[in-house]
Amino acid sequence: MLDFLKGPIQAVQEFYELTGRAIANIVKRPHYVDDILLQMDVIGVGSIPIVLLTGFFSGAVMAMQMGRSLQTYGQTGRTGQFVSIILVRELGPVLASVMVAGRNASGIASELGSMKVTEQIDAMRALGTDPVQKLVTPRMIATAFMLPALTVIDDFVGMFGGWVMSSVLFGLPTRQYWTTSWQALVWNDVGQGLLKPFVFSFAISLIGCYYGLRTTGGTQGVGRATTQAMVAAAVSIFILDLFISKIFVGLSS
Amino acid sequence: MPEEFQSALRFENVSVVFNDGTEALRDISFDVCRGETRILLGAAGAGKTVLLKTAMGLVPVTRGKVFLFGQDITGKKEVELFDIRARIGMLFQESALFDSMTIAQNVAYPLLNQRTSRMPHEKMEPAVRDSLRFVELEQTVDKYPSELSGGMRRRAAIARAVVNKPPLLLYDSPTAGLDPITAHTIMALIIKERDVDNTTALVVTHRYQDGNLVANFRYNPDSGRLDPAGETGTHTVFMVLREGRLVFEGNQTGLESSGDSYISKFVKRPEKEAA
Repeated sequence: MLDFLKGPIQAVQEFYELTGRAIANIVKRPHYVDDILLQMDVIGVGSIPIVLLTGFFSGAVMAMQMGRSLQTYGQTGRTGQFVSIILVRELGPVLASVMVAGRNASGIASELGSMKVTEQIDAMRALGTDPVQKLVTPRMIATAFMLPALTVIDDFVGMFGGWVMSSVLFGLPTRQYWTTSWQALVWNDVGQGLLKPFVFSFAISLIGCYYGLRTTGGTQGVGRATTQAMVAAAVSIFILDLFISKIFVGLSS
Repeated sequence: MPEEFQSALRFENVSVVFNDGTEALRDISFDVCRGETRILLGAAGAGKTVLLKTAMGLVPVTRGKVFLFGQDITGKKEVELFDIRARIGMLFQESALFDSMTIAQNVAYPLLNQRTSRMPHEKMEPAVRDSLRFVELEQTVDKYPSELSGGMRRRAAIARAVVNKPPLLLYDSPTAGLDPITAHTIMALIIKERDVDNTTALVVTHRYQDGNLVANFRYNPDSGRLDPAGETGTHTVFMVLREGRLVFEGNQTGLESSGDSYISKFVKRPEKEAA
Protein backbone atom coordinates (compact mmCIF):
# COMPACT_ATOMS: atom_id res chain seq x y z
CA MET A 1 0.00 0.00 0.00
CA LEU A 2 2.85 2.34 0.83
CA ASP A 3 4.83 1.38 -2.26
CA PHE A 4 4.41 4.86 -3.74
CA LEU A 5 6.43 6.27 -0.81
CA LYS A 6 9.38 3.97 -1.43
CA GLY A 7 10.79 6.03 -4.31
CA PRO A 8 10.85 9.42 -2.55
CA ILE A 9 12.14 7.91 0.71
CA GLN A 10 14.91 6.10 -1.12
CA ALA A 11 15.78 9.31 -3.00
CA VAL A 12 16.05 11.25 0.28
CA GLN A 13 18.17 8.48 1.78
CA GLU A 14 20.49 8.46 -1.26
CA PHE A 15 20.78 12.25 -1.16
CA TYR A 16 21.80 12.25 2.50
CA GLU A 17 24.22 9.40 1.87
CA LEU A 18 25.84 11.42 -0.92
CA THR A 19 25.93 14.50 1.30
CA GLY A 20 27.57 12.54 4.12
CA ARG A 21 30.21 11.06 1.83
CA ALA A 22 30.94 14.42 0.17
CA ILE A 23 31.41 16.13 3.54
CA ALA A 24 33.46 13.24 5.01
CA ASN A 25 35.76 13.42 1.96
CA ILE A 26 36.84 16.95 2.96
CA VAL A 27 39.19 15.41 5.52
CA LYS A 28 40.07 12.26 3.55
CA ARG A 29 42.93 11.79 1.12
CA PRO A 30 43.44 12.25 -1.77
CA HIS A 31 42.56 15.96 -2.03
CA TYR A 32 41.92 17.13 -5.57
CA VAL A 33 43.01 20.77 -5.12
CA ASP A 34 43.28 21.36 -8.90
CA ASP A 35 39.65 20.33 -9.32
CA ILE A 36 38.56 22.67 -6.50
CA LEU A 37 40.35 25.62 -8.11
CA LEU A 38 38.94 24.75 -11.52
CA GLN A 39 35.41 24.61 -10.11
CA MET A 40 35.94 27.90 -8.26
CA ASP A 41 36.76 29.44 -11.61
CA VAL A 42 33.80 27.82 -13.39
CA ILE A 43 31.23 28.42 -10.64
CA GLY A 44 32.57 31.64 -9.09
CA VAL A 45 34.35 33.67 -11.76
CA GLY A 46 32.05 32.33 -14.47
CA SER A 47 28.97 33.56 -12.60
CA ILE A 48 30.23 37.13 -12.08
CA PRO A 49 28.63 38.62 -15.25
CA ILE A 50 25.18 37.20 -14.48
CA VAL A 51 25.42 38.33 -10.84
CA LEU A 52 26.53 41.84 -11.88
CA LEU A 53 23.65 42.21 -14.30
CA THR A 54 20.90 40.84 -12.08
CA GLY A 55 22.29 42.62 -9.01
CA PHE A 56 22.43 46.03 -10.70
CA PHE A 57 18.98 45.87 -12.22
CA SER A 58 17.29 44.39 -9.15
CA GLY A 59 18.80 47.17 -6.98
CA ALA A 60 17.78 49.80 -9.53
CA VAL A 61 14.20 48.61 -9.84
CA MET A 62 13.88 48.27 -6.08
CA ALA A 63 15.07 51.88 -5.58
CA MET A 64 12.61 53.04 -8.20
CA GLN A 65 9.63 51.29 -6.59
CA MET A 66 10.70 52.14 -3.02
CA GLY A 67 11.36 55.75 -3.94
CA ARG A 68 7.90 56.10 -5.46
CA SER A 69 6.23 54.70 -2.35
CA LEU A 70 8.38 56.73 0.03
CA GLN A 71 7.73 59.88 -2.00
CA THR A 72 4.10 59.69 -0.85
CA TYR A 73 5.30 60.23 2.73
CA GLY A 74 8.10 62.61 1.78
CA GLN A 75 10.67 60.04 2.84
CA THR A 76 12.66 59.46 -0.36
CA GLY A 77 15.78 60.18 1.69
CA ARG A 78 15.39 56.71 3.23
CA THR A 79 15.51 54.86 -0.08
CA GLY A 80 19.11 53.76 0.50
CA GLN A 81 18.21 52.36 3.89
CA PHE A 82 15.44 50.16 2.48
CA VAL A 83 17.45 49.05 -0.53
CA SER A 84 20.45 48.00 1.55
CA ILE A 85 18.42 46.11 4.17
CA ILE A 86 16.36 44.20 1.61
CA LEU A 87 19.40 43.45 -0.51
CA VAL A 88 21.70 42.30 2.28
CA ARG A 89 19.11 40.31 4.18
CA GLU A 90 17.06 38.74 1.42
CA LEU A 91 17.31 39.70 -2.18
CA GLY A 92 21.10 39.55 -2.56
CA PRO A 93 21.56 36.03 -1.15
CA VAL A 94 18.41 34.63 -2.77
CA LEU A 95 18.89 36.26 -6.15
CA ALA A 96 22.57 35.37 -6.42
CA SER A 97 21.83 31.82 -5.30
CA VAL A 98 18.94 31.36 -7.72
CA MET A 99 21.11 32.69 -10.54
CA VAL A 100 23.95 30.33 -9.59
CA ALA A 101 21.43 27.48 -9.24
CA GLY A 102 20.13 28.20 -12.73
CA ARG A 103 23.61 28.32 -14.12
CA ASN A 104 25.48 25.74 -12.05
CA ALA A 105 23.05 23.22 -10.50
CA SER A 106 21.83 22.55 -14.03
CA GLY A 107 25.38 22.68 -15.41
CA ILE A 108 26.66 20.22 -12.82
CA ALA A 109 23.69 17.88 -13.36
CA SER A 110 24.13 17.88 -17.14
CA GLU A 111 27.89 17.39 -16.93
CA LEU A 112 27.71 14.52 -14.43
CA GLY A 113 24.62 13.11 -16.14
CA SER A 114 26.44 12.96 -19.49
CA MET A 115 29.37 11.27 -17.76
CA LYS A 116 26.99 8.77 -16.18
CA VAL A 117 25.22 7.75 -19.39
CA THR A 118 28.52 7.40 -21.29
CA GLU A 119 29.95 5.12 -18.56
CA GLN A 120 32.57 7.71 -17.57
CA ILE A 121 31.47 7.51 -13.93
CA ASP A 122 31.83 3.72 -14.02
CA ALA A 123 35.23 4.17 -15.68
CA MET A 124 36.26 6.46 -12.85
CA ARG A 125 35.22 3.81 -10.30
CA ALA A 126 36.90 1.07 -12.34
CA LEU A 127 40.11 3.10 -12.44
CA GLY A 128 40.20 3.05 -8.66
CA THR A 129 39.02 6.58 -7.96
CA ASP A 130 36.01 7.73 -5.99
CA PRO A 131 33.62 9.81 -8.17
CA VAL A 132 32.28 11.50 -5.03
CA GLN A 133 35.82 12.52 -4.00
CA LYS A 134 36.78 13.55 -7.52
CA LEU A 135 33.57 15.22 -8.71
CA VAL A 136 31.19 16.03 -5.85
CA THR A 137 33.45 17.26 -3.04
CA PRO A 138 35.38 19.78 -5.21
CA ARG A 139 32.11 21.24 -6.54
CA MET A 140 30.68 21.44 -3.02
CA ILE A 141 33.77 23.18 -1.60
CA ALA A 142 34.06 25.55 -4.58
CA THR A 143 30.38 26.58 -4.35
CA ALA A 144 30.61 27.04 -0.57
CA PHE A 145 33.50 29.49 -1.03
CA MET A 146 32.28 31.31 -4.12
CA LEU A 147 28.56 31.82 -3.44
CA PRO A 148 29.02 34.06 -0.35
CA ALA A 149 31.61 36.04 -2.33
CA LEU A 150 29.20 36.39 -5.26
CA THR A 151 26.49 37.51 -2.84
CA VAL A 152 28.72 40.30 -1.51
CA ILE A 153 29.29 41.45 -5.10
CA ASP A 154 25.56 41.18 -5.81
CA ASP A 155 24.73 43.26 -2.70
CA PHE A 156 27.18 46.00 -3.61
CA VAL A 157 26.19 46.17 -7.28
CA GLY A 158 22.53 46.22 -6.22
CA MET A 159 23.17 49.18 -3.93
CA PHE A 160 25.05 50.84 -6.74
CA GLY A 161 22.06 50.32 -9.06
CA GLY A 162 19.80 51.77 -6.34
CA TRP A 163 22.07 54.79 -6.04
CA VAL A 164 21.99 55.43 -9.80
CA MET A 165 18.20 55.26 -9.84
CA SER A 166 17.76 57.38 -6.68
CA SER A 167 20.05 60.08 -8.07
CA VAL A 168 18.49 60.16 -11.52
CA LEU A 169 14.80 59.86 -10.58
CA PHE A 170 14.59 61.47 -7.15
CA GLY A 171 17.72 63.64 -7.07
CA LEU A 172 18.85 62.00 -3.85
CA PRO A 173 22.31 63.27 -2.77
CA THR A 174 25.02 60.61 -3.09
CA ARG A 175 26.28 61.08 0.45
CA GLN A 176 22.82 60.73 1.93
CA TYR A 177 22.09 57.55 -0.03
CA TRP A 178 25.30 55.78 0.97
CA THR A 179 25.23 57.00 4.60
CA THR A 180 21.69 55.77 5.17
CA SER A 181 22.49 52.50 3.40
CA TRP A 182 25.53 51.90 5.59
CA GLN A 183 23.91 52.98 8.87
CA ALA A 184 20.85 50.81 8.30
CA LEU A 185 22.89 47.60 8.42
CA VAL A 186 23.64 45.76 11.65
CA TRP A 187 25.76 42.64 12.25
CA ASN A 188 22.66 40.46 12.31
CA ASP A 189 21.93 41.49 8.71
CA VAL A 190 25.46 40.85 7.54
CA GLY A 191 25.51 37.52 9.41
CA GLN A 192 22.35 36.18 7.79
CA GLY A 193 23.36 37.72 4.47
CA LEU A 194 26.50 35.58 4.46
CA LEU A 195 25.14 32.48 6.18
CA LYS A 196 22.31 32.12 3.69
CA PRO A 197 24.46 31.78 0.55
CA PHE A 198 26.80 29.44 2.45
CA VAL A 199 23.88 27.12 3.29
CA PHE A 200 22.31 27.52 -0.18
CA SER A 201 25.63 26.58 -1.77
CA PHE A 202 25.33 23.04 -0.38
CA ALA A 203 21.81 22.72 -1.76
CA ILE A 204 22.93 23.92 -5.21
CA SER A 205 26.05 21.79 -5.58
CA LEU A 206 24.77 18.63 -3.92
CA ILE A 207 21.38 18.66 -5.67
CA GLY A 208 23.16 19.20 -9.01
CA CYS A 209 25.54 16.32 -8.29
CA TYR A 210 22.80 14.05 -6.97
CA TYR A 211 20.58 14.41 -10.03
CA GLY A 212 23.60 14.10 -12.31
CA LEU A 213 24.86 10.91 -10.71
CA ARG A 214 21.47 9.18 -10.77
CA THR A 215 20.84 9.96 -14.43
CA THR A 216 19.53 7.12 -16.55
CA GLY A 217 18.00 6.96 -19.99
CA GLY A 218 20.49 8.55 -22.39
CA THR A 219 20.34 12.14 -23.61
CA GLN A 220 16.68 12.48 -22.66
CA GLY A 221 17.63 11.44 -19.13
CA VAL A 222 20.35 14.10 -19.05
CA GLY A 223 17.81 16.76 -20.03
CA ARG A 224 15.41 15.54 -17.36
CA ALA A 225 18.12 15.52 -14.68
CA THR A 226 19.15 19.07 -15.62
CA THR A 227 15.62 20.41 -15.28
CA GLN A 228 14.94 18.52 -12.05
CA ALA A 229 18.20 19.75 -10.51
CA MET A 230 17.45 23.38 -11.35
CA VAL A 231 13.87 23.20 -10.02
CA ALA A 232 14.81 21.30 -6.84
CA ALA A 233 17.74 23.65 -6.11
CA ALA A 234 15.64 26.80 -6.61
CA VAL A 235 12.77 25.50 -4.45
CA SER A 236 15.22 24.40 -1.73
CA ILE A 237 16.73 27.89 -1.68
CA PHE A 238 13.36 29.49 -0.93
CA ILE A 239 12.46 26.90 1.72
CA LEU A 240 15.85 27.20 3.45
CA ASP A 241 15.60 31.00 3.23
CA LEU A 242 12.39 30.96 5.26
CA PHE A 243 13.95 28.82 8.01
CA ILE A 244 17.16 30.85 8.24
CA SER A 245 15.23 34.13 8.23
CA LYS A 246 13.01 32.82 11.02
CA ILE A 247 16.05 31.95 13.14
CA PHE A 248 17.58 35.41 12.66
CA VAL A 249 14.28 37.18 13.27
CA GLY A 250 14.11 35.21 16.54
CA LEU A 251 17.67 36.23 17.42
CA SER A 252 17.09 39.93 16.84
CA SER A 253 13.79 40.16 18.73
CA MET B 1 52.87 -20.30 -3.40
CA PRO B 2 49.47 -20.88 -1.76
CA GLU B 3 46.68 -21.63 -4.18
CA GLU B 4 44.60 -18.57 -3.38
CA PHE B 5 47.39 -16.28 -4.55
CA GLN B 6 47.54 -18.02 -7.92
CA SER B 7 43.95 -17.11 -8.64
CA ALA B 8 43.47 -13.69 -10.19
CA LEU B 9 39.67 -13.75 -10.34
CA ARG B 10 37.25 -16.29 -8.92
CA PHE B 11 33.46 -16.45 -9.06
CA GLU B 12 31.74 -18.79 -6.60
CA ASN B 13 28.07 -19.47 -7.38
CA VAL B 14 27.49 -15.84 -8.25
CA SER B 15 24.00 -14.61 -9.05
CA VAL B 16 23.06 -11.03 -9.80
CA VAL B 17 19.44 -9.95 -9.58
CA PHE B 18 18.48 -6.36 -10.38
CA ASN B 19 15.93 -4.31 -8.46
CA ASP B 20 13.25 -4.98 -11.07
CA GLY B 21 13.66 -8.76 -10.47
CA THR B 22 15.69 -9.46 -13.64
CA GLU B 23 18.24 -12.19 -13.04
CA ALA B 24 21.29 -11.07 -15.03
CA LEU B 25 23.67 -13.80 -13.80
CA ARG B 26 22.68 -17.19 -12.43
CA ASP B 27 24.96 -19.38 -10.34
CA ILE B 28 28.21 -18.55 -12.16
CA SER B 29 31.42 -20.25 -10.99
CA PHE B 30 34.87 -20.09 -12.59
CA ASP B 31 38.45 -19.38 -11.64
CA VAL B 32 40.87 -17.36 -13.75
CA CYS B 33 44.45 -18.32 -12.89
CA ARG B 34 47.34 -15.90 -13.20
CA GLY B 35 48.82 -15.74 -16.69
CA GLU B 36 45.66 -17.15 -18.22
CA THR B 37 43.44 -15.53 -20.85
CA ARG B 38 39.72 -16.19 -20.67
CA ILE B 39 37.49 -15.62 -23.64
CA LEU B 40 33.86 -15.09 -22.67
CA LEU B 41 31.48 -15.56 -25.59
CA GLY B 42 27.80 -14.75 -25.53
CA ALA B 43 25.00 -13.10 -27.46
CA ALA B 44 23.86 -9.55 -26.75
CA GLY B 45 21.99 -9.47 -23.43
CA ALA B 46 23.56 -12.71 -22.17
CA GLY B 47 25.06 -10.86 -19.17
CA LYS B 48 28.66 -10.47 -20.38
CA THR B 49 29.05 -6.83 -19.37
CA VAL B 50 27.29 -7.44 -16.05
CA LEU B 51 29.74 -10.26 -15.35
CA LEU B 52 32.72 -7.95 -16.00
CA LYS B 53 31.26 -5.20 -13.85
CA THR B 54 30.52 -7.72 -11.10
CA ALA B 55 34.16 -8.84 -11.25
CA MET B 56 35.22 -5.29 -10.31
CA GLY B 57 32.50 -4.73 -7.73
CA LEU B 58 30.80 -2.14 -9.96
CA VAL B 59 27.62 -4.24 -9.81
CA PRO B 60 26.77 -5.80 -6.43
CA VAL B 61 26.43 -9.57 -6.09
CA THR B 62 23.04 -10.89 -4.93
CA ARG B 63 24.26 -14.40 -4.03
CA GLY B 64 27.67 -16.06 -4.10
CA LYS B 65 31.18 -14.63 -3.80
CA VAL B 66 33.74 -12.87 -5.97
CA PHE B 67 37.46 -13.06 -5.19
CA LEU B 68 40.08 -10.75 -6.70
CA PHE B 69 43.70 -11.84 -6.17
CA GLY B 70 42.45 -14.15 -3.42
CA GLN B 71 40.61 -11.37 -1.61
CA ASP B 72 36.85 -11.64 -1.11
CA ILE B 73 35.30 -8.42 -2.45
CA THR B 74 31.69 -9.46 -1.87
CA GLY B 75 29.76 -6.98 0.22
CA LYS B 76 32.70 -4.61 0.57
CA LYS B 77 31.95 -0.90 0.68
CA GLU B 78 32.73 1.16 -2.42
CA VAL B 79 35.58 3.00 -0.68
CA GLU B 80 37.21 -0.30 0.28
CA LEU B 81 37.33 -1.41 -3.35
CA PHE B 82 39.26 1.51 -4.87
CA ASP B 83 42.71 0.20 -4.03
CA ILE B 84 42.04 -3.29 -5.36
CA ARG B 85 40.44 -1.86 -8.51
CA ALA B 86 43.65 0.10 -9.10
CA ARG B 87 45.28 -3.29 -9.79
CA ILE B 88 42.86 -4.03 -12.62
CA GLY B 89 42.68 -2.42 -16.04
CA MET B 90 39.29 -2.28 -17.71
CA LEU B 91 38.38 -1.46 -21.27
CA PHE B 92 34.76 -0.39 -21.56
CA GLN B 93 32.63 -1.24 -24.56
CA GLU B 94 32.29 2.39 -25.64
CA SER B 95 35.81 3.23 -24.43
CA ALA B 96 34.45 5.58 -21.70
CA LEU B 97 37.25 8.10 -22.19
CA PHE B 98 36.76 11.36 -20.29
CA ASP B 99 35.58 13.64 -23.06
CA SER B 100 36.60 16.89 -21.36
CA MET B 101 40.22 15.72 -21.08
CA THR B 102 42.88 15.31 -23.77
CA ILE B 103 44.15 11.84 -24.63
CA ALA B 104 47.30 12.45 -22.57
CA GLN B 105 45.21 13.55 -19.58
CA ASN B 106 42.99 10.49 -19.99
CA VAL B 107 45.96 8.14 -20.01
CA ALA B 108 47.54 9.98 -17.08
CA TYR B 109 44.30 9.80 -15.08
CA PRO B 110 45.07 6.57 -13.13
CA LEU B 111 48.59 7.77 -12.34
CA LEU B 112 47.39 11.15 -11.09
CA ASN B 113 44.29 10.13 -9.22
CA GLN B 114 44.66 6.66 -7.73
CA ARG B 115 45.47 6.70 -4.07
CA THR B 116 48.04 3.94 -4.47
CA SER B 117 49.87 5.21 -7.53
CA ARG B 118 49.92 9.00 -7.37
CA MET B 119 53.03 9.67 -9.36
CA PRO B 120 55.24 12.77 -9.50
CA HIS B 121 54.81 14.75 -12.73
CA GLU B 122 58.37 14.09 -13.97
CA LYS B 123 57.80 10.32 -13.90
CA MET B 124 54.27 10.52 -15.23
CA GLU B 125 55.03 12.01 -18.63
CA PRO B 126 57.34 9.18 -19.78
CA ALA B 127 54.83 6.60 -18.51
CA VAL B 128 52.03 8.23 -20.52
CA ARG B 129 54.23 8.46 -23.60
CA ASP B 130 55.26 4.80 -23.27
CA SER B 131 51.67 3.72 -22.95
CA LEU B 132 50.58 5.73 -25.99
CA ARG B 133 53.56 4.39 -27.95
CA PHE B 134 52.43 0.89 -27.03
CA VAL B 135 49.11 1.49 -28.82
CA GLU B 136 50.81 3.57 -31.56
CA LEU B 137 48.96 6.77 -30.71
CA GLU B 138 51.81 9.08 -29.71
CA GLN B 139 50.67 11.72 -32.17
CA THR B 140 47.31 12.19 -30.42
CA VAL B 141 48.46 13.40 -26.99
CA ASP B 142 46.84 16.84 -27.27
CA LYS B 143 43.71 15.72 -29.06
CA TYR B 144 40.32 15.22 -27.42
CA PRO B 145 38.48 11.88 -27.65
CA SER B 146 35.83 13.41 -29.93
CA GLU B 147 38.56 14.18 -32.50
CA LEU B 148 39.55 10.52 -32.82
CA SER B 149 38.01 7.66 -34.79
CA GLY B 150 36.28 4.78 -32.98
CA GLY B 151 39.30 2.49 -33.34
CA MET B 152 41.69 5.16 -32.08
CA ARG B 153 39.45 5.81 -29.08
CA ARG B 154 39.49 2.09 -28.30
CA ARG B 155 43.31 2.10 -28.53
CA ALA B 156 43.54 5.18 -26.29
CA ALA B 157 41.30 3.42 -23.76
CA ILE B 158 43.65 0.41 -23.84
CA ALA B 159 46.58 2.79 -23.20
CA ARG B 160 44.71 4.17 -20.16
CA ALA B 161 43.90 0.66 -18.91
CA VAL B 162 47.52 -0.52 -19.06
CA VAL B 163 49.39 2.66 -18.07
CA ASN B 164 49.94 1.58 -14.45
CA LYS B 165 50.79 -2.01 -15.47
CA PRO B 166 47.86 -3.81 -13.80
CA PRO B 167 48.28 -7.59 -13.47
CA LEU B 168 44.65 -8.25 -14.52
CA LEU B 169 42.87 -6.78 -17.53
CA LEU B 170 39.16 -6.93 -18.34
CA TYR B 171 38.11 -6.17 -21.92
CA ASP B 172 34.45 -5.52 -22.62
CA SER B 173 33.68 -6.25 -26.29
CA PRO B 174 36.91 -4.65 -27.54
CA THR B 175 36.01 -5.14 -31.20
CA ALA B 176 32.29 -4.30 -31.08
CA GLY B 177 31.23 -1.97 -33.86
CA LEU B 178 34.64 -1.91 -35.54
CA ASP B 179 35.56 -2.86 -39.10
CA PRO B 180 37.51 -6.16 -39.49
CA ILE B 181 40.88 -4.43 -40.01
CA THR B 182 40.55 -2.18 -36.95
CA ALA B 183 39.15 -5.09 -34.93
CA HIS B 184 42.24 -7.10 -35.84
CA THR B 185 44.49 -4.21 -34.74
CA ILE B 186 42.72 -4.08 -31.36
CA MET B 187 43.02 -7.84 -30.84
CA ALA B 188 46.69 -7.68 -31.83
CA LEU B 189 47.18 -5.06 -29.10
CA ILE B 190 45.47 -7.30 -26.54
CA ILE B 191 47.78 -10.19 -27.52
CA LYS B 192 50.79 -7.86 -27.43
CA GLU B 193 49.85 -6.69 -23.92
CA ARG B 194 49.43 -10.31 -22.79
CA ASP B 195 52.80 -11.41 -24.19
CA VAL B 196 54.85 -8.32 -23.33
CA ASP B 197 53.64 -7.78 -19.76
CA ASN B 198 52.47 -11.37 -19.07
CA THR B 199 49.10 -10.18 -17.83
CA THR B 200 45.97 -12.15 -16.98
CA ALA B 201 42.96 -11.19 -19.06
CA LEU B 202 39.25 -11.74 -19.37
CA VAL B 203 38.04 -10.84 -22.86
CA VAL B 204 34.33 -10.52 -23.40
CA THR B 205 33.27 -10.76 -27.02
CA HIS B 206 30.58 -12.05 -29.33
CA ARG B 207 33.09 -12.77 -32.14
CA TYR B 208 34.63 -16.22 -32.11
CA GLN B 209 37.49 -15.08 -34.37
CA ASP B 210 38.70 -12.76 -31.58
CA GLY B 211 39.06 -15.75 -29.25
CA ASN B 212 40.64 -17.83 -31.98
CA LEU B 213 43.29 -15.13 -32.55
CA VAL B 214 44.09 -14.91 -28.83
CA ALA B 215 44.28 -18.70 -28.49
CA ASN B 216 46.47 -19.40 -31.50
CA PHE B 217 48.77 -16.44 -32.04
CA ARG B 218 51.63 -14.81 -30.19
CA TYR B 219 53.17 -11.39 -30.47
CA ASN B 220 56.60 -11.39 -32.09
CA PRO B 221 58.57 -8.47 -30.59
CA ASP B 222 61.15 -8.58 -33.40
CA SER B 223 58.75 -8.25 -36.31
CA GLY B 224 56.01 -6.45 -34.37
CA ARG B 225 53.49 -8.89 -35.90
CA LEU B 226 51.47 -11.87 -34.74
CA ASP B 227 52.93 -15.32 -35.37
CA PRO B 228 51.16 -18.67 -34.95
CA ALA B 229 51.69 -19.97 -31.42
CA GLY B 230 52.47 -23.44 -32.74
CA GLU B 231 52.51 -26.56 -30.59
CA THR B 232 53.17 -24.68 -27.33
CA GLY B 233 49.88 -22.83 -27.74
CA THR B 234 48.65 -20.17 -25.34
CA HIS B 235 47.04 -20.48 -21.95
CA THR B 236 43.55 -19.65 -23.19
CA VAL B 237 40.25 -20.92 -21.83
CA PHE B 238 36.86 -20.34 -23.46
CA MET B 239 33.56 -19.78 -21.68
CA VAL B 240 30.09 -19.33 -23.16
CA LEU B 241 27.36 -17.39 -21.41
CA ARG B 242 23.71 -17.92 -22.28
CA GLU B 243 20.95 -15.87 -20.63
CA GLY B 244 23.01 -15.37 -17.49
CA ARG B 245 24.19 -18.98 -17.25
CA LEU B 246 27.62 -20.38 -17.97
CA VAL B 247 26.95 -23.15 -20.47
CA PHE B 248 30.53 -23.97 -21.48
CA GLU B 249 34.00 -23.77 -19.96
CA GLY B 250 36.97 -25.43 -21.61
CA ASN B 251 39.55 -25.29 -24.37
CA GLN B 252 39.09 -24.45 -28.02
CA THR B 253 38.90 -28.08 -29.14
CA GLY B 254 36.11 -28.75 -26.66
CA LEU B 255 34.28 -25.64 -27.81
CA GLU B 256 34.53 -26.55 -31.48
CA SER B 257 33.39 -30.13 -30.89
CA SER B 258 30.41 -29.14 -28.73
CA GLY B 259 27.11 -30.46 -29.96
CA ASP B 260 25.13 -27.67 -28.28
CA SER B 261 23.34 -25.65 -30.96
CA TYR B 262 23.77 -22.32 -29.10
CA ILE B 263 27.52 -22.86 -28.72
CA SER B 264 28.02 -24.05 -32.28
CA LYS B 265 26.43 -20.83 -33.55
CA PHE B 266 29.43 -18.92 -32.19
CA VAL B 267 32.07 -21.28 -33.47
CA LYS B 268 33.47 -20.85 -36.93
CA ARG B 269 36.45 -22.66 -38.34
CA PRO B 270 39.69 -20.93 -37.32
CA GLU B 271 41.10 -18.47 -39.77
CA LYS B 272 44.67 -19.42 -40.42
CA GLU B 273 45.98 -16.09 -41.55
CA ALA B 274 46.91 -13.30 -39.17
CA ALA B 275 48.76 -10.04 -39.07
